[in-house]
Amino acid sequence: MSALRIAQAVYLAIRAHGEETYPDECCGALLGVPTPDGWRVTSSIRAGNTRTDSAHNRYQIAPLELVKIEREARRQGLEIAGFYHSHPDHPAQWSQTDFAEAHWLGCSYVITSVVQGNATATNSFLLAGAGEEDKRFDLETIEVAE
Amino acid sequence: MTIFIPTPLRPYAGGNGTLEVNATTVGGALEELTTAHPELRKHLFNAEGNLRAFVNVYLNDDDVRYLPAKEATEVSTADTLTIVPSIAGGALAVLAEAPAAYER
Repeated sequence: MSALRIAQAVYLAIRAHGEETYPDECCGALLGVPTPDGWRVTSSIRAGNTRTDSAHNRYQIAPLELVKIEREARRQGLEIAGFYHSHPDHPAQWSQTDFAEAHWLGCSYVITSVVQGNATATNSFLLAGAGEEDKRFDLETIEVAE
Repeated sequence: MTIFIPTPLRPYAGGNGTLEVNATTVGGALEELTTAHPELRKHLFNAEGNLRAFVNVYLNDDDVRYLPAKEATEVSTADTLTIVPSIAGGALAVLAEAPAAYER
């Protein structure tokens, strides 16, 4: 099992983001560096949720915002390690929607359950596989660095 | 021009995050890219040879799909092409079985 190592400040920030946007989903990017057994995440970037039509159970990051996040990652000498979003009043488990819309192979998808406005469980899933045909989500351990 | 390769496609681009090409159009740049790195082709294009629906290609700050000339748009050496797969999802249709909560 791979491990997502995440700085404590980042871990707290993405959970706080989910509480702030409750009852809507939050979303953003995780920046870091690759290691042989998983990503080491050192910063995050908040993104807007463009799915204003159904923000309580859907999220989307505008492609131009992704382009700008890519630029910021390069500026910091980091890579996009993955993305995070929240599931308001739903488990911290990937959904069929998450899976169908996941295309960043080799990246981590972090999901935080926010229940009644409070962040509860946070889980990370590595999008594994060689392509769209055999992709899968593998549960990762999360190691929070002090 | 410079092409920025997203994290998931770098293994198919010789591990590079940035590549330079000499093409004069967006389409020519993508052709040069996939000729140099053939494994990229199936990740960028569908069987009909069109960009996959979830693959966004930006010429500087413009989505190539919405440029008047689309992939025939001319480019200069100062331009950048950024490839970004889409990011979306949500709790809709969460699977019933949730993994054990992560406890610190």
